[in-house]
Amino acid sequence: MSSTNFNWAAIDANPKFQALHRKKTFFLWGLMVFSIIYYFLLPIGAAYYKELFNTKVWGVVNFGLLFALSEFVVAWVIAFVYSKKANAQFDAMAQEIINDVDSGRI
Amino acid sequence: MSGMLNKLMLSVAAMGASGAAFAGNGAVADEFKWMTFMVFGVIIAITMAITFWAARSTHTTSEFYAAGRSVSGIQNGWAIAGDYLSAASFLGIAGLISLYGYDGFMYSVGWLVAYITVLLVIAEPCRNIGKYTMGDILAFRNDPKKTKTVAALSTITVSTFYLTAQMVGGGVLIKTLIGIDYEISVIGVGILMLAYVVFGGMKATTWVQITKAVLLVTASIILVMLVWAPYGFSLPAYLQSVVADPDVQKQVAKLLGDKAATMTSEELGQRFLEPGLFLKNPIDQISLGLALVLGTAGMPHILMRFFTVPTAQAARTSVIWAMGIIGGFYVLTLFLGTGAAMLVGPDKISSIDAGGNMAGPLLAQFLGGGEQSYLGNFMLAFVAAVAFATIVAVVAGLVLASASAMAHDIYVGVIRGDHATPKEQVVAARVASVIVGIIAITVGILAKGQNVAHLVALAFAVAASSNLPAVFLTLYWKKCNTTGIIAGMIVGTVTAIGLVMVSPNMTYPKAVIASANKVLNGEPAIPAKEEQPAVERSSFMCELFAMDGCVLAKPAQAASAEKPAKPGAAEKLAGLNAKLPALEASLASIADPAAKAAAEADIAKVKKDIAATEKAKAKAEADLAKFEGQTTSIMGLEKPFFLLKNPGLISIPLGFLMVILGSLFTRDKRSEEMWDELYVRQNTGINAEAASVH
Repeated sequence: MSSTNFNWAAIDANPKFQALHRKKTFFLWGLMVFSIIYYFLLPIGAAYYKELFNTKVWGVVNFGLLFALSEFVVAWVIAFVYSKKANAQFDAMAQEIINDVDSGRI
Repeated sequence: MSGMLNKLMLSVAAMGASGAAFAGNGAVADEFKWMTFMVFGVIIAITMAITFWAARSTHTTSEFYAAGRSVSGIQNGWAIAGDYLSAASFLGIAGLISLYGYDGFMYSVGWLVAYITVLLVIAEPCRNIGKYTMGDILAFRNDPKKTKTVAALSTITVSTFYLTAQMVGGGVLIKTLIGIDYEISVIGVGILMLAYVVFGGMKATTWVQITKAVLLVTASIILVMLVWAPYGFSLPAYLQSVVADPDVQKQVAKLLGDKAATMTSEELGQRFLEPGLFLKNPIDQISLGLALVLGTAGMPHILMRFFTVPTAQAARTSVIWAMGIIGGFYVLTLFLGTGAAMLVGPDKISSIDAGGNMAGPLLAQFLGGGEQSYLGNFMLAFVAAVAFATIVAVVAGLVLASASAMAHDIYVGVIRGDHATPKEQVVAARVASVIVGIIAITVGILAKGQNVAHLVALAFAVAASSNLPAVFLTLYWKKCNTTGIIAGMIVGTVTAIGLVMVSPNMTYPKAVIASANKVLNGEPAIPAKEEQPAVERSSFMCELFAMDGCVLAKPAQAASAEKPAKPGAAEKLAGLNAKLPALEASLASIADPAAKAAAEADIAKVKKDIAATEKAKAKAEADLAKFEGQTTSIMGLEKPFFLLKNPGLISIPLGFLMVILGSLFTRDKRSEEMWDELYVRQNTGINAEAASVH
């Protein structure tokens, strides 16, 4: 862990890094909070909204079963949305910072 | 080394052969056991070949702990799935669905959602900051010796709980499936797993996990195709036939008891797809959910998988693949479970294993043509072998995680002060693996017959209350420091374990004795009751702790008629035994074939009842003898003090709180100085451990 070659405080203070930090924090917290709320709706709904969960909507398939299946779909969608965003934006922003560091601009 | 490996393979092969000699009964009939051993043999041979190949490129510490950081994202995704889909989730969840319907499926959701936490906040920073262990991440900006010691202790605690559950569960499973003695199964699993870990390190472990995950997914897809295809892959049509099945309706009626009397068979079937047959306490579920969602990201053997990939991008790819595989697998278990309920029947499934673990294997046997067919038994053998591979792969991952904590954190980091030579480090890693392996085998044998199911939930609760707050706050909170980490990890671990020790998971002799007496002496009649209004609970804390003056909520109850007394076991047996000769005598005089068949069915039912009653009586008598004179649990309690089965709801917030308080009230220069470096590195990957060049 040789930290002698890099001025970490300068990189941290750099506007490019600060922009990456802000974007990431906002995006990650948003997804995290949404996914936790959505997940806990399942046990809460199953316990306290029995009538809604037991309503048949597709043959014998009830709302509760579809909601449980939707948990899987939502988890996959969150994973997909995050990886799209990270691959397209976060990685590029991080690479730009790395390039600046390597070329001595930071 | 290859000479040693050959000898080892021979001894494993010899054990397989002696295993055949020891085989008693199990789900696989004796005449088909050779098939199971053949499939076992093939799988063991494949994994040994992998180990042999991996051993040739496992020389350095980085190769031993992290497979030279050369595992690709997709490979790591499969390996994570192989590490995570333990026998409990592979056989257990299908079993829960086959016995309890909807609740079993709902239970599986949390295990997938957990990976969102892993993906968003843990995987990439850990790859950028970490080296081989969780201790490395915590030691980055905190006092290395102190944090490594606490991290290693926590890692070993979590792994030991999980490992014990796997060893005991695995031993029981192999016995139920093919009848090999418990001790031999445990030793066999232990030796095989040690061979993978000691010779092939992380590379062999990774490829054993990948192989197992591919086998598991393939087997499940084939079974689901066979179950679902007859309905043209229509979900409503398939489930319609599940709820119309008499076996399923009978199971629901059994679970509901008195309430089922007023329901039509159609309502009973539909009830199978509605919540509430298994999970009755929503607060307990939320507590478990919290432990799963935050605990998975703190499991040392899962964290360790992110050190094996070359970059943070590969770590990201691996979680995405793992989520696809794990989630897809749980969706498949919906069909495996309901299919087993409809085709095999909950009665038969729970008669072989009360927890339902045999649902998947029995479904495979049925779909292949049943108990007497070659294909049916081949498919059962295949699923049994996959279950075996599952146990070995999961145990290998856990042993590697604890061995790395022992060797890398404690020995190299704390005792040798990071001055061990590369050769010394690899030797330490291998020695630690052998030590952990021997401990795992010993604990597995000692814990025979113990109820270890709650240990899995406890492992997740400790990981969520101790490891996650420490790792999360160290990565994302500038003020976090050594004191906070140590306070949080110790308080989180102690609270989680302490609450479980006084929870309903423990055995309370008074309750066991009371229910045994009920079986033996029967129950008195319950007088008719008038209508009862709903009762509201006195306070929320009463849902969590048994305190004086607590009133628990009760729904309104309609007036009920008098319930007759229930006879004791001896009385019941006498009645049944008296009935049998009369039935058998009348059989000879019945001429009509239809009536004769009905009489024969009656006799079979009485005989089955006698067997069941005798079994219940023997168990009640054994319980009475075992707990004679005892009134309190090992903690000295007559009844549980903490009312939830999972401690997460209390221990997780407490773990976070202690890290925060400990950090706010103390100052640590190094923790502050290193923050910039840690934060820049975790976000950019500058200076991260590189893949080793071959």
